[in-house]
Amino acid sequence: MEVNFWDKEIETIDKSSLKALQLKRLKETVGYALKTPFYKSRLKKAGINSGDDIKHWEDYKKIPFTTKDDLRECYPVGLLAVDMQEVVRLHTSSGTTGTPTVIYHTKNDINHWAELVARSIVATGATNKDVFQNMMSYGMFTGGLGLHYGAEKVGLTVIPMGGGNTKRQIQLMKDFGSTVLHITPSYILHIHSKLEESGVDLKDLRLRKAYLGAEPYSENTRKKAEHLFEIDVYNSYGLSEMNGPGVAFECVHKCGMHVWEDTYLLEVIDPKTGESLGEDKEGEIVLTNLNRRATPLLRYRTRDIALIHKGPCSCKRTHRRISRITGRTDDMLIVNGVNVYPSQIEEVIMRIPEVGTNYQIYLEKEGALDKLIVKVEIYSKMFRGDLSEIDALKSRIIEELRASIVIHPAVELHEPGSLPIFEGKAKRVVDNRIKL
Amino acid sequence: MKLTQISIFLENRKGRLYDVCSLLGKHKINIRALTVAESEQFGILRIVVDKPEETAALLKKNGFVASLTEIVAVEVADKPGGLAEILKVFSQSNINVEYMYGFVEKRSDKAMLVFRFDEPDKAIVLLKKKKIKVIGRKEMGDL
Repeated sequence: MEVNFWDKEIETIDKSSLKALQLKRLKETVGYALKTPFYKSRLKKAGINSGDDIKHWEDYKKIPFTTKDDLRECYPVGLLAVDMQEVVRLHTSSGTTGTPTVIYHTKNDINHWAELVARSIVATGATNKDVFQNMMSYGMFTGGLGLHYGAEKVGLTVIPMGGGNTKRQIQLMKDFGSTVLHITPSYILHIHSKLEESGVDLKDLRLRKAYLGAEPYSENTRKKAEHLFEIDVYNSYGLSEMNGPGVAFECVHKCGMHVWEDTYLLEVIDPKTGESLGEDKEGEIVLTNLNRRATPLLRYRTRDIALIHKGPCSCKRTHRRISRITGRTDDMLIVNGVNVYPSQIEEVIMRIPEVGTNYQIYLEKEGALDKLIVKVEIYSKMFRGDLSEIDALKSRIIEELRASIVIHPAVELHEPGSLPIFEGKAKRVVDNRIKL
Repeated sequence: MKLTQISIFLENRKGRLYDVCSLLGKHKINIRALTVAESEQFGILRIVVDKPEETAALLKKNGFVASLTEIVAVEVADKPGGLAEILKVFSQSNINVEYMYGFVEKRSDKAMLVFRFDEPDKAIVLLKKKKIKVIGRKEMGDL
């Protein structure tokens, strides 16, 4: 199999040089982190007052973990390490429990990120001859813009379509002979189910590859997508806190995702004890971004569960590979690529007076897509006997949820007391989608 | 002359209508008129009984979502055109019928129609003027 490189020197760097480079960059990053109010006090407590306090790898373990909650507390400027004038872009999260998180980028940060994406794209065998249809949302979500910049760098012909509008997607795929897609697993399967309706045959298309990410999916889903479209599917991993896509990507061998270790310090820990687990053991991924000045993040707990594969890859890249993400340490739901917390749903429905006290969230597969069903009990005192009133209530709940979580849910109204009652910890979420 | 109807919110669940009816049966409450308005996942059962307040309290005590609504019950001849005659009266007077349902009285040649109006008092005045029989609470119990 032909193996191409974007930056062969760094991608095949020997282990000891990589270690030295990482340590050098870690020192610099700690130095930048100390410019933020958050890390200044946090690192001081750990006995780190300058980048030079990180002398060797043993010192690395002195750095405390950073969590999503830390990011929320730092919103909006607590983790900004440069002058705002140097910031060329920012991405915020949706704000799950009311407080969003923000990541700033300098011009160089964006360039580094695009470099990593360029490496990833070339690692899959794509070239400037490819036509790249980006079906990930643009805007605050990092999936769209992240791949876009890298793809332009490599010179692919980019179709910046973003998500949704299946008919038009299919039309564009046909008209411009798109060869590479960037898309969520659920959406690629959905698109296949709409091909016939659109009067488009597989042989009208020139698809060769698809990059699937933004939501966890199984090996079987990959195989299914590969079989249905007769293409190669590559797994992609990223999170907005670590820029977005381009943290880890599969090469042509499709045997785990190479983490770009010159930029991301990789650890897998036991989420309960915080202890480092080493290779081949499943745990929570912890990452440090070594190449971002505007928002340095040290030992960031991603809450993603995976393991580090042992041994080298036959592509000769020395950057280690992680398995696909098998779960999350918290309760975040990913519905058609969009992150939702049950607490967000609760927040919305509980502010509607006609809603009772009990609710449940169901997740089902409807064809290839995820379906979010919110079951709520109505509040008996608000019932006045009109069917239209009940129908209006239902529409209102759907509308308010849609506005808040950006997902169109189905809403079921139930009699009070009809949903299961829990003593102690409620099982609010019933996920009936196929388990990974 | 207004009567009180009970509306009961019922989710589409097996045996739920039976639950209501068996509860009423156990307490010797006779259903005089009944209709079900339904949507995909739930329905609203509307019933006319002789002791609506007590019945509603009983239903609520047993976990049902129930509310009371004012309605007007009218007696008409059980013959073709009987309903049309009544509706003509309302349509000429701009009185809106929000919904209605009917049933046939036992051992008589009359039918009873239950109306939910936006302006029930105005409707009753009109009905009386037209000499159409409006059923009161007492007659309701005697049916």
